[in-house]
Amino acid sequence: MYDTIIIGAGLSGLAAGIRLAYYEQRVCVLERHYTIGGLNSFYRLRGRDYDVGLHAVTNFASKGTKKGPLVRLLRQLRLSWEDFSLAPQVGSLIAFPGVQLAFNNDISLLQAEIARAFPGQRDNFQRLLGQILDYDDLSQDVFELGAREVLSKTIADPLLVEMLLCPTMWYGNARENDMDWGQFCIMFRALYLEGMGRPHAGIRLILKNLVRKFRALGGELKLRSGVSHIQMDGDRAVGVVLDNGQEVTARNILSSAGAVETLRLCDAHSQQAPSNAGQLSFVESLSVLARPPKTLGCDRTIVFFNDSEKFHWQKPETELCDVRTGVICSPNNFAYSAADGELADNLIRITALANFPRWNALPEEQYRLEKLRWYDRLSDSAVRFVPDYRSRVIDTDMFTPTTIRRFTGHENGAIYGAPHKRLDGTTSVKNLYLCGTDQGYLGIVGALVSGVSMANRHCLRV
Amino acid sequence: MTAAEIREEVLDILSDIAPDEDLSGLIAEKPFREQLELDSMDFLDIVMELRKRHRIQIPEEDYQHLASLASTVAYLEPRMKDMVKK
Repeated sequence: MYDTIIIGAGLSGLAAGIRLAYYEQRVCVLERHYTIGGLNSFYRLRGRDYDVGLHAVTNFASKGTKKGPLVRLLRQLRLSWEDFSLAPQVGSLIAFPGVQLAFNNDISLLQAEIARAFPGQRDNFQRLLGQILDYDDLSQDVFELGAREVLSKTIADPLLVEMLLCPTMWYGNARENDMDWGQFCIMFRALYLEGMGRPHAGIRLILKNLVRKFRALGGELKLRSGVSHIQMDGDRAVGVVLDNGQEVTARNILSSAGAVETLRLCDAHSQQAPSNAGQLSFVESLSVLARPPKTLGCDRTIVFFNDSEKFHWQKPETELCDVRTGVICSPNNFAYSAADGELADNLIRITALANFPRWNALPEEQYRLEKLRWYDRLSDSAVRFVPDYRSRVIDTDMFTPTTIRRFTGHENGAIYGAPHKRLDGTTSVKNLYLCGTDQGYLGIVGALVSGVSMANRHCLRV
Repeated sequence: MTAAEIREEVLDILSDIAPDEDLSGLIAEKPFREQLELDSMDFLDIVMELRKRHRIQIPEEDYQHLASLASTVAYLEPRMKDMVKK
């Protein structure tokens, strides 16, 4: 009998596990896959290390900072700044036709860029910053207001509204066409006010340190241990049955499997309406280059591009992918310390929106061909916004919505989960709580904060 | 434990929860919230650390007594007076 069972060894599950194990609970993290990380994992292919989900860690804080989500998170996990060792971005870009806005981890650059490109909106942007800083309300009503409408009340130029929305939607919006105002504020702070960074060793450094901490505190981590079933006693969850038939009991269950996915594991709730499942999924291409990207002129950390004045954020209906908008990211373009030096491999990754059902329906041979075809289309679209690096590519890889589903279990390969978040983490089942993507905090730090806060709220206060 | 020992213990807990805060200038009568970067999650940790280290259960309605160093020590004194400092 455990105090708490945690479903999923992603960032949120591991963070929750650390909190509970630190306060002497018997905790077990169950992971279906043979490796940890979920959406944010890593792998090795043909002698090279790759991250799966990580472009950059938002909510950047430099060493010695005393405020902000990253600092609070590290405190709660009893980790040190060095456990994440974030190197800051060198600088990123929002690129629309004929207008670009540069930004980095100092908001004054974006302010200056807006004053340059949208002189009439300078003061309005200042007012918007005030509203975002004042936003401090996790009530579901205000949270779910439409960001497009709220932004339009302050920012008079619709193009600037679209340009501000593009990166925030890309890095954390589960809703199609519009974004929750609350989510926008959280992402805006994470992305523009705190900024972006990356550990030299990538996501594996963070995951490795989380697992080491969790195990040192006595926590149990079981890989290849998928949960097939949550056992109920009346309206309470009392334990789980694993894929191999083994039964495990616990006082509380904290699940990062997703809201719909979790309830589907409970007998009495298998009829949950599927309409709340997320629709937005991604493809991502990885291109290994023979030379550092910056020597080819690709010197930005991230380029968020969109090829028309209106930013389209929806599942592509008629094709496998939508390459009108995308994210071009190079992990080489962070300001790593002299001791760490340059990365071993030179990489450009491009992300685009994708349609899960279409990818999922492809026969195996065609799936492989479509991957090659869309790798080319992504590159063709990206080189409209960055220098053409294509003749320097020496190796490639690609993941699709079906890859995401395989690693995360999320229905539709929905990268940011369900559009309606369960901010309080409760479910219709007693003793069963949500953490991770469907609870509401997104991104690396967001996922970790989700695990910590749901563990605190539901599993620690006895 | 004496009031002075309890005070030391609370400071030790605070330095554990917030290792980058300078606690030397902490004013006992003034709320922690006004002097330190502590949020509600950190306050929960004061409660949890007292439970972990000393097996003291503090009900949620009593959390208000943990607002400042002085009020925390006053609240803990009757509950910890029979304990021996480790």
